[in-house]
Amino acid sequence: MGIDRRGLLKAAGLSLLGLVTGPAWYFVSRAKLPEPSPTPKTLIGKKWGMVIEPKKCWGRDGCTDCIDVCHRVHNVPDLGNLKDEIKWIWTVPYGRAFPEHEHEFTEERLKDKPVTVLCNQCDNPPCIKYCPTRATWRREDGIVMMDFHRCIGCRYCMAGCPYGSRSFNWKDPRPFIKKINFEFPTRTKGVVEKCNFCQERLVQGLLPACVEACREKAMMFGDLNDPDSEIRQALKSHHIIQRLPELGTKPKVFYIV
Amino acid sequence: MYDSGKIVTGLVIFGGLVTFPIWYNALTGKTGYVPKPKIVTEEKQCIEPKEYIRTRHKDLLKDWRESVVRNGIRTYVASNRKEYTMSLTRTCMKCHSNKLEEFCLQCHNYMAVTAKCWDCHAYPKGINLWESTEEGS
Repeated sequence: MGIDRRGLLKAAGLSLLGLVTGPAWYFVSRAKLPEPSPTPKTLIGKKWGMVIEPKKCWGRDGCTDCIDVCHRVHNVPDLGNLKDEIKWIWTVPYGRAFPEHEHEFTEERLKDKPVTVLCNQCDNPPCIKYCPTRATWRREDGIVMMDFHRCIGCRYCMAGCPYGSRSFNWKDPRPFIKKINFEFPTRTKGVVEKCNFCQERLVQGLLPACVEACREKAMMFGDLNDPDSEIRQALKSHHIIQRLPELGTKPKVFYIV
Repeated sequence: MYDSGKIVTGLVIFGGLVTFPIWYNALTGKTGYVPKPKIVTEEKQCIEPKEYIRTRHKDLLKDWRESVVRNGIRTYVASNRKEYTMSLTRTCMKCHSNKLEEFCLQCHNYMAVTAKCWDCHAYPKGINLWESTEEGS
């Protein structure tokens, strides 16, 4: 049976229409789902940073409020020995926090005084470059996050961090947590952990636990990109130092001494 | 055939050992075992249809994990346009709170699939998580 020109054109047209209808229908019928979003309460910052004024801590000898509260809310275990120690925030003597500022004649008021240190949430974090599984990365708001699910416990990041801000779980931490905070997961054996700038609290519209707990207001938290923020004002009007700035990690934790 | 006695005896013993799980379960009457996960809840429906959850709950949980941990998005929009907080302990456990042993582990043990969620995600036994209004991880 032969097919005339007219018939061929009809068939071709219909086939083309058939081919196009499917995709077209897909685009037309696709319902617009509401955009999932963070909650309205969430604190949103472009570049979170922190200012610490250790001078204020020294007035209150032996105060560990920030450390206690951080370790409590984040289920940080107390393993009782230095080798296994897990820490998110801790203190070191002035000379160890700022080795480049220490010299033979370091002022008496600074020498060996405890300085509160934590993950610097570097803008150029060396730890993330070492992570083979991308279990740690820099978020858009500058927080250096950990995905505990993905961490394989190789500890490259710990070797990469010049501040010793990362700790490794050599043992199952659960039995060493005094009281589990059920709002936050615990970790498991073989996982690295560190300070997360309380991103889980920022979502709820709360400031980091350490900042909130400090009675001397020695810690300040805010958006470094906002020129009117409290933290930017503090940075403007004080002499600021950072931990090992010469390494080019661009820490976002600043110190007023 | 040389040594047929020994070979046949050996084969019979071998066959018996290999099929041990089958006839052991048959003898103890466990062949008809079906896991029976129990749900104690007043809700009528899971966040997605039952069939989807049965086969794809693992993908859903993985997506939630990626979304919350890596993208910071914590609201899940279900196929029926309802919004839920993406949280294992807060959303899932709200209904499936009756001990893991009675729900998750019923099938997981039967299929010999290990779920490590609970190594880290803690929830207090006998405490109603959903009474807390705050959001968490």
